[in-house]
Amino acid sequence: MSFLSFNHHKDLPLDSDPSSRFLPWLIAFMVYLAALSVVATSLMQSVSSRWERGVSDTLTVQIPPARSVQQDQSQIAGALKVLRANPAVVLAEPMPKTSVLALLEPWLGKADVLADMPLPHLIDVSVRSSVKLDADQLVQDLNKVAPGATVDDHRIWLDRLIQMSQTLKWGAYIVLGLICIASIGTIYFVTKTGLAIHHDVIEVLHLIGAQDSYIARQFGENALHLGLRGGLLGLAVAGPTFGGFAYLYRSVDSALLPQIDITLVQWIVVLSLPLCAALMGYVTARFAVLNSLKKMV
Amino acid sequence: MVIVKLENVGLRYGVGPEVLRDVSLSLEEGAFHFLTGPSGAGKSSLLKLMYLANRPTRGLISLFGHDIATTSRKKLPALRREVGVVFQEFRLLDHLSTFDNVALPMRVADVHEKDVRKHVAELLAWVGLKDHMNAKPTTLSGGQQQRVALARAVITRPRLLLADEPTGNVDDKLAVRLLHLLEELNKLGTTIVMATHNEGLVRQFGHPRICIENGRVEQMGPLRPARGGGVRMEGKIS
Repeated sequence: MSFLSFNHHKDLPLDSDPSSRFLPWLIAFMVYLAALSVVATSLMQSVSSRWERGVSDTLTVQIPPARSVQQDQSQIAGALKVLRANPAVVLAEPMPKTSVLALLEPWLGKADVLADMPLPHLIDVSVRSSVKLDADQLVQDLNKVAPGATVDDHRIWLDRLIQMSQTLKWGAYIVLGLICIASIGTIYFVTKTGLAIHHDVIEVLHLIGAQDSYIARQFGENALHLGLRGGLLGLAVAGPTFGGFAYLYRSVDSALLPQIDITLVQWIVVLSLPLCAALMGYVTARFAVLNSLKKMV
Repeated sequence: MVIVKLENVGLRYGVGPEVLRDVSLSLEEGAFHFLTGPSGAGKSSLLKLMYLANRPTRGLISLFGHDIATTSRKKLPALRREVGVVFQEFRLLDHLSTFDNVALPMRVADVHEKDVRKHVAELLAWVGLKDHMNAKPTTLSGGQQQRVALARAVITRPRLLLADEPTGNVDDKLAVRLLHLLEELNKLGTTIVMATHNEGLVRQFGHPRICIENGRVEQMGPLRPARGGGVRMEGKIS
């Protein structure tokens, strides 16, 4: 790729153009926003897949407290028998009362009186994702041995959360697309302005036999350098921003926010943004020049 | 061999009147012509047609045997490289040094940088600007700029050299020197057309003329100094 050799002569004084001063800043801002969008998209992807992985293969059976301990034991044993007989169920284990109390602790506190309260009995169930579970039939079977038993398969609220995260992810993609369009448009019109400013020089080059590609290459290389410079600046500013967000995220103590992993591929995408901006600048500027020069004799 | 051939060429700018009408002429390889005529007669327009800055509104132009109307746009730069042009106002690039201005046609033609350095240095020495290689055109005198423009036009040894009133801004002594340089090039085989108002030069150097008036062109013989200070026409040559 000859344009990467950087040893060509620059016959056009593009470095002194006003656009050469403001374009890197503009590209820096665009790359900064793009980096945030890419990371936001990655986070949404990571969060939704973790939520899905975490709860999609589990469900909870809730049995209302009975009048006597014997009846409670009998209902739990009956429910476990029904569950373990189901081909979709891998594991069914009753949750100890201490674990149930621990779940309620954030809302009701640590008072000893809670231990004497008639709390529902919970059974943790792991299911095979490969076998379809008929939840309605399971509820009916459970109600025969434990009247009032319910099954919470987490699917409803999980679906809503995943839908929300997917919406946010697509929103981030749209923002990324808009950033690209805005950047391409800006580079295109900056190049057209450059063509107007240097019309006389371009005409001389044209008349002494310069191919359109010779002139387009100079504009392209200029946009490549400006794009790379701006892109690196934008990425340099995005780094501390990510650090700040990561700090804030870690400081939020919430069960809803899972641990976030940004994969190597996602890091490569973020780090390649300056290069993408530079290449986008090169291609756009070249296209703008070739398109304009076609009108010359 | 015919280098340039125009047949019934007409040119108008936009919806204005025709500035060139029914122009027919042909230039043989190795010829030297003066292009003369009053201001606004169409000399620059005719030269622009020859160096492919404009297309005619009618008629045919053939350059080095290529019909311009049917030659693809992609092939025109190669033809332009065979034509050296000294523009009326020189049109040197002010942000480049003398060396880079002269080197421009070679770099456009993708000549190796080592050859560029060698040839440009030689040519600048030939036109007497060896000591001004790094000077910007704005720091040069009119005569020096004229020589830079000439050097740029001939650095690639073009087959056709078109000079649009190159002596307009310089004194007679420099103008005569420029004509001697052009004659040397002509002897090396370059076909030359030089537009000028300077009747003294036309008479002194005695080359055939292309006379243009009211957009019409006639190829004439040389204008020789007549005894008693008058001017004697030698008659048409085509």
